Amino acid sequence: MGIDQTLLPATKDEAGIVTTRLDEIVRWGRKNSLWPLPFGTACCAIEFMGVVSSKFDISRFGAELVRFSPRQSDMILVAGTINYKLAPVLKRIYDQIAEPKYVISMGACACSGGFYDNYATVQGIDQIIPVDVFIPGCPPRPEAILHAVMKLQERIDKEPVARRGQPRRHEVVEKFKDN
Amino acid sequence: MTSKDTARHDALVADLKGRFGARVLDVDRSFDDCAVVVARDALHDVLAFLKNERRFNFLMDIAGVDCANLPTYRERFELVYVLYSSPDDLRVRVEVPVSELDMKVPTATDLWKSANWAEREAFEMFGFDFIGHPCLKRLLTHHEFVGHPLRKDYPIMGGQWCTSTSDMTEELNEPR
Repeated sequence: MGIDQTLLPATKDEAGIVTTRLDEIVRWGRKNSLWPLPFGTACCAIEFMGVVSSKFDISRFGAELVRFSPRQSDMILVAGTINYKLAPVLKRIYDQIAEPKYVISMGACACSGGFYDNYATVQGIDQIIPVDVFIPGCPPRPEAILHAVMKLQERIDKEPVARRGQPRRHEVVEKFKDN
Repeated sequence: MTSKDTARHDALVADLKGRFGARVLDVDRSFDDCAVVVARDALHDVLAFLKNERRFNFLMDIAGVDCANLPTYRERFELVYVLYSSPDDLRVRVEVPVSELDMKVPTATDLWKSANWAEREAFEMFGFDFIGHPCLKRLLTHHEFVGHPLRKDYPIMGGQWCTSTSDMTEELNEPR
C-alpha cells in the first residue's frame, strides 16, 4: 500500500501519525476508488453486470460505483463490439472523462473486432483511444474482469501521479527531434 | 409434394397470372414456398393487389440480392419482398429483377410503413433507388460511408472511418 504500517497506532485510543509520500497516498486513493463507466454494446456488458452483483462483487476492489456519465467516472470499460458508426461516439465520451482516466478493453470484439472482420466493425478500440488493460475472451469470465481491475491497480501504483495522460518530456523531445 | 398452403398458393398464382399476364415472369414453388417473379413496372401494382385484395397485411422484410455469378442470373440485382397475411396465415415472396444500369424501384412505403427502414437498408447495402421514399438515406452504415458494402465487388473488409456523429432530426420530422 506504500504506507508504513509500523507507524499506525497500536490501539484505537492511541493517537497515531501516518507518514507517507504525497504520490503514494494519491495513488492509493486512485487505485481503490475507480469509478467505472460501462460502455456496453453487447453480451460482454451482461458479464459486467455479473461482476458488479453480489456473487463476484467488484466493490471488494473499490470499483463498484458505476456511473453512466463521463463527467463522474475515471475508468471506461468498453464491453462489446464497436463499429465505425459508433467510433466517434466512443471517442467523444473518452474525451469527456476528466484526467486521470483509464481504459479497459473487454472481450474479443473490443480488443480486436472479434470474429467481425468486415466493413462495419472497428478492428480493436486501441485504434481510437489508448487502452490500459485488454481482457481476452468471448465473453471473458467475471474473474477475468476482476483480474483486469487488479492489473490496472498495479499499473496505477507504478505510474507518476502528475503526468497521467500528458506526453512525457522525452516523448515530446523525440517527436520533434527530426524537425 | 403438398402442404396446407399448396392449394391456396395455386389459387394466388392463377389470380396473379390472370391479372398481370406476362408481367409475371416466373413462379418458383420449391420447398412448399411460393415466390412470384414479376417485372419491375408491375411491382407496385402486384404489391398493392396483394395487400389490398389478398390481405397480405405484413411486409416482413425486403432483401436485396447481388446475382453476379449466380446460376439463376436474370439481372445483376434482385429485390425480394417477403409478405405475410395474418388473417390467412399465408406467406408469399415477390421477387423483382433490377438492372445494374437503372436501379430505380417504386417505393412500398405507401403500402406498409415497415418498408421505410427495409428500403433504406436495401439502398445503402446495394444502391437501389426507391422512388417516392420519404427519407432515403443510410440506415446502418454511417453518414460518411461511400459505396454499397453488400455488393459482391465491394471489398468485404473495407471499413471506412467515421469522424463525426449525426442526429436523427430528419427521421423525427417525417410525416407519420
